[in-house]
Amino acid sequence: MTLVLGAVAYDVKVVTIWDGFRDWFASRGLDFDYVLYSNYERQVEALLAGHVDVAWNSPLAWVRAARMGPVTAVAMRDSDCDLTSVVVVRADSDIHDVADLSGRTVAVGAVDSPQATLIPLSHLRSLGVADITVEYHDIGVGKHGDHIGGERDAARSLIAGTADAACMIDGNHLLFGVEGTLPAGSTRIVAQTPAYDHCNFTVAPGAPAAEVDRFVSLLLSMSYDDPEVRPLLDLEGLKSWRDGRTSGYAQLERAVGEVGFYDSAGNVTAEAYRP
Amino acid sequence: MDAGERVEVRGRAPELAVHVRAWCRAQGHGYDWPFVVRGNAAGARRRGAEVAGGPKTVADRAPATWGLAARGAVVEAGGPAFAFALDEKAAVWTDAAAGIYRQALASQWDPAVAVDWDEPFELPEEVEAAVVAVMTYLIENENAALVVPARFLGQIHPHFREVVAVLAAQVADEARHVEVFTRRAELRGGPLGLSTAGGQASLLTLLEEPDFALAHFLLSVLGEGTFLSLLSFLERFAPDPVTRRVTHLALADEARHVAFGMAHMGALLESDPGLRARLATAVRRRHDALASTAGLNAEVFDGLVVLAAGAFTPAAIAEGFAKVQALEADMDDGRRRRLAKLGFSAGDAAELAELHTRNFM
Repeated sequence: MTLVLGAVAYDVKVVTIWDGFRDWFASRGLDFDYVLYSNYERQVEALLAGHVDVAWNSPLAWVRAARMGPVTAVAMRDSDCDLTSVVVVRADSDIHDVADLSGRTVAVGAVDSPQATLIPLSHLRSLGVADITVEYHDIGVGKHGDHIGGERDAARSLIAGTADAACMIDGNHLLFGVEGTLPAGSTRIVAQTPAYDHCNFTVAPGAPAAEVDRFVSLLLSMSYDDPEVRPLLDLEGLKSWRDGRTSGYAQLERAVGEVGFYDSAGNVTAEAYRP
Repeated sequence: MDAGERVEVRGRAPELAVHVRAWCRAQGHGYDWPFVVRGNAAGARRRGAEVAGGPKTVADRAPATWGLAARGAVVEAGGPAFAFALDEKAAVWTDAAAGIYRQALASQWDPAVAVDWDEPFELPEEVEAAVVAVMTYLIENENAALVVPARFLGQIHPHFREVVAVLAAQVADEARHVEVFTRRAELRGGPLGLSTAGGQASLLTLLEEPDFALAHFLLSVLGEGTFLSLLSFLERFAPDPVTRRVTHLALADEARHVAFGMAHMGALLESDPGLRARLATAVRRRHDALASTAGLNAEVFDGLVVLAAGAFTPAAIAEGFAKVQALEADMDDGRRRRLAKLGFSAGDAAELAELHTRNFM
């Protein structure tokens, strides 16, 4: 029986990645194929409808899928564990503390980005920051922030002075410094979220158990020392696969609830969200 | 450091902990601030990697997976395979390449500086027309001498970098020759000469030769070798200083190309004496292919006669004709000497020299 995986085509490299993994799985006896979706909402609906057995889900897609049915998270990347997001201001800004953000404009990523919008804004709310103007940078809406463009535009808006602060994942603050979007020393971090987790392989209720087990054991056996699989791991941004865990999604669950992004049954209720 | 070992990180940057955390996640290291725990992935790219020869060790065969890597580089396993058709040392290599490349670099010249394009001279109309006819012919031959090495340049494995470098310099030389001959042809504003079907057919046989050894032999040993005589003749009988200068400059470059062709052929024949018969066959095949063509462009032949004559009188023309005949004898003699140097018998050398294209290149 063919195990069918759903993945979102947030970049052309997704085809290279899953073609490569498909061949690798086939050479090890797992009958595996994949289907691409243009957005995570369609993918989650397909997963729960049984069109695919496994979905390579964003954290927000996991949150929705978990509201829609009894799904399980079976594996994730090492790089999906313990991320943080930061809120940064210009180095010469008069904002020294999150309390100073009151009445200011905060640039964020796409409306559906967990790391550059939902989680950091929830974190600011938890710190008592209420009256801010949120400037969205809606690039790749429906792809749950996988496209880096929204975060980069938020950073540019900060440097241009259009926004007073910007939200981004910690790794992108490092990246934007290296690439020059945020020149070295030009920004200060005024807030950092607690650690949270990112993507996981989400398994549908009726998926074939033996094939799923084989899929997970093969994933976990992939070694970065293997030159055949290393380019694919590089493209996917990991050094090793880990067992899935769901302990790192509480912040996002809270954020989704605060803004009413989904209802308790997983229906999309966010206003002006058009994936 | 082994995997699992810890190193403490200290620094003054306010974002240090944030950035080290992100960096550790991307690199597969553990993060336990202020400690970084070395992960298993570090160093993975060197495990199973292969050294691409040595800086001074040229491999007998360069594997496709070495790709564009520097000679002596550590090449990560799992990289793409590059389809360089000429990947065997025996097919491309000569120890003389490095020296010829250094010589080529030291001998580069700038047409804008090396030639005084404004030097005054006056030529009778028929002499200027003769110069233009010859320049028109030289340009198409230089184009062939540019395209042939350029086609093989991209097929030679970069591991053999000295050979690639010589051919690259040769291509640049030919581009410059095309430029200076074009500028001389256009110097007085008259129309360019005739490009004949026979001339182009002769050059097409060079471009269509798919074997590097055979193409290099036909082009550099026989064709460019013959051009040494022609360019010497043109320098000697040039009616104006610009023609004299540009043919002089091109001659020095062509001598280097011939030297490389001879060195390459010498190395090939040393390891594969059977190649000599294939070279001979290539000359005969080319001769047969061109048997029904018109040979050398008549305007070029007449132009050479006029240039050697120096005046447009019957006596001078007769003398010019004799000088062109002497040129052809000199070309034939040069070909025979080079073939003999490559180990052809006197009889074979004479036969093959005779069969060389009437178009000279």
